Amino acid sequence: MDLNAFAESVGATDPVTIAGTGSRGGAVPGIRRVDAPSGIEWLRADEMTVGCGAGTLVAELDQALVEHGQCVAIPPTGTIGGALAVGRSGMRRLGYGPVRDTLLQARYVSAAGDIVKAGGPTVKNVSGFDLCRLLVGSYGTLGFVGDVILRTRPRSRFEQWFATNADPFETFTRLYRPTSVLWDGTTTWVLLEGDPRDVDRAAAALHLNPVAGPPELPTGGRWSVPPSAVASLTGTFVAEVGVGVVHHAEPAPTREVGPAVRDLNGRIKHNFDPTGRLNPGVDVLDAR
Amino acid sequence: MPTTLLADLRGVLGAERVRDGASELSLYRRDAGHMEGAAAAVCFPLTTNEVVHCVRTAVAHGVPFVARGSGTGLAGGAVPPDGAIIVSITKMDTVLSVDPIASRAWVEPGVLNLDLSRHVAAHGLHFAPDPSSQQACTIGGNVANNSGGPHCLSEGVTSSHIVAIEVVLPDGSVAVLGGEDPEPAGYDLRGAFVGSEGMCGIATAICVRLTRDPPVVRTMLLDFDTIEDGASTVSDIIAAGIVPAALEMMDHLCLVVVEAYIHAGLPENSAAALLVEVVGQTNGVDADTTSIIEIANRHDVNEVRIAADEVERALLWKGRKSAFGAIARIKPDYYLHDTVVPRHQLPAMLAQVYEIAARHGLDVLNVFHAGDGNLHPLLLFDAREPGVLDRVHAAGDEIVTASVAAGGVLSGEHGIGLEKRDLMPLMFSAVDLSAQAALRDAFDPVGLANPGKVLPSPARCADLQSVPAGVWI
Repeated sequence: MDLNAFAESVGATDPVTIAGTGSRGGAVPGIRRVDAPSGIEWLRADEMTVGCGAGTLVAELDQALVEHGQCVAIPPTGTIGGALAVGRSGMRRLGYGPVRDTLLQARYVSAAGDIVKAGGPTVKNVSGFDLCRLLVGSYGTLGFVGDVILRTRPRSRFEQWFATNADPFETFTRLYRPTSVLWDGTTTWVLLEGDPRDVDRAAAALHLNPVAGPPELPTGGRWSVPPSAVASLTGTFVAEVGVGVVHHAEPAPTREVGPAVRDLNGRIKHNFDPTGRLNPGVDVLDAR
Repeated sequence: MPTTLLADLRGVLGAERVRDGASELSLYRRDAGHMEGAAAAVCFPLTTNEVVHCVRTAVAHGVPFVARGSGTGLAGGAVPPDGAIIVSITKMDTVLSVDPIASRAWVEPGVLNLDLSRHVAAHGLHFAPDPSSQQACTIGGNVANNSGGPHCLSEGVTSSHIVAIEVVLPDGSVAVLGGEDPEPAGYDLRGAFVGSEGMCGIATAICVRLTRDPPVVRTMLLDFDTIEDGASTVSDIIAAGIVPAALEMMDHLCLVVVEAYIHAGLPENSAAALLVEVVGQTNGVDADTTSIIEIANRHDVNEVRIAADEVERALLWKGRKSAFGAIARIKPDYYLHDTVVPRHQLPAMLAQVYEIAARHGLDVLNVFHAGDGNLHPLLLFDAREPGVLDRVHAAGDEIVTASVAAGGVLSGEHGIGLEKRDLMPLMFSAVDLSAQAALRDAFDPVGLANPGKVLPSPARCADLQSVPAGVWI
């Protein structure tokens, strides 16, 4: 399906919803559903960019990038469009950066049914307002993304998980750019990437023990706290040290949103979707 | 101007910090670019509340307001619309807090870029975006323009290094956009604000992400007999999965003028030189260095000069950063451009740049961020020469147009401002632009925050910025 057909399917009048595989929440029930185009359109290893339909499976893209020694900083499962719409990073955010930094260009279908381009195709671009950042994490409430250009990154030559009972914050600050540091209140897990000799040396210096992988993550709630607040967490959790994402056994506490920020969110939604036809009922301020 | 506006501003800031003398105002007519406007007053607030007062007073009087840092921007983003109030944030220059464990700092917007890195150096941290103007430019200005720099190749431009911003919105309310937590609720207002060129409000405090200093830094200079060899080396380095910390190119004319200026032993007979910096841990850096030299050898590199120590490294970087000063040996004036093309288009695009400049009878010098395809052609001229600005204008226009046609974009790090506002349709359709306008309108329904920048308006009229004749837009 090309972008024009996708725009036609979105239309311009009735309430409409979109979803990928449903791995991150899925469609709004009870209304007409559309699906984004899928498939990798092109891949340029020497540009470290790739163009694909928003409906492309993250796993399919990852598979295509493996042979070029590259990857995208988008967590596995579901579709590219779904991952961008939700905007949650994966366990390697400490090293790879947030999902929002991967999106260079998006073409989306607006509430009026128009195809709109946000951003641009190059790895560096400050031409105009940054609508790409706005789209990531917008849960399909501002426009339905049809295709994207993403920034890729080198796949690590070598990686190894380690564990230690040492203080997680001291471990974090003594390591040079760990890819992930996890802590459950007792044990600290560390993912190191790079030249194997550098990884071994860093691990030896801190007496880290190799382990098969990261711990099981509690699934009760995904909390977002300042990195400095991780130290005072209680309960059953695995926290991403240096990031502040907490995989907790309990649901995330309600977050306070100030009136000015609430107003801004409302005005943006209104300006992009005056009749509220895109993913109706989805409140980005209350998305979990 | 109405005296009540001045009186209202001075009611809170005092006469000392609301200036309207002709000679002072003349200092605020332009940024580091080539366009001018005429402000009614310049305010120097010290606190968020004082910024609120400036904004509310401007809005009450229906007068535009323009936030301004050090004025080092090149795209006219800080050029005041006639009669505007300039809100200079230069006196809000305190580093408010540093958290070395979380690698975060809260700073006021007037903190200078390099001062921030110096302030946190004892913790082994730095602020990664390093524009060439980093000794003079402010963090607030970096946020407004989403600034880049040589070391943004591996680290990303300013937006990747800003986690939260306290903003005085165009209606005078105060909001914190983003947050210290990784996934704040709602739309990414922080991301929308960064790079909005003063049109969405005024940042009054900024939470930056700091970057760990690398344990090993290796800097090398590679020179080539052809631009193509240099550019192909760039593409092959990236394709090999190596993203150096910096990957800069200087062309022949640049090497000649800089060498005459600083005597760093630069390869002044070569067509192009690459300044490559690889950082990380010992073995990784060694492996990358070996791979880069192998790639360069495949493209007939002349000499590989690896900086033996910090002194030589500083000298090589001085060569890269002295180009703008060195140009005065050839021509008194230059026009610095900023476009991006896909990296594989660099050889063809540089050939076009030379051809365009030659056709307009202009010398051109290229010194740029080759690693991310970010071109910086400098068109050299003598402003006293009659009609030369028209030729500079025409050549620049062609370079920008050719860059977009090659699959590139209008600006990699300088922003749009006034300079490229009317070129936005090269890249964006009317529908695309109206979506950007919808975002701006959500932040500023009244439209008094730095109006007339970035977005071209078919309905633009005399009450907004008028660009003086002969100026490059």
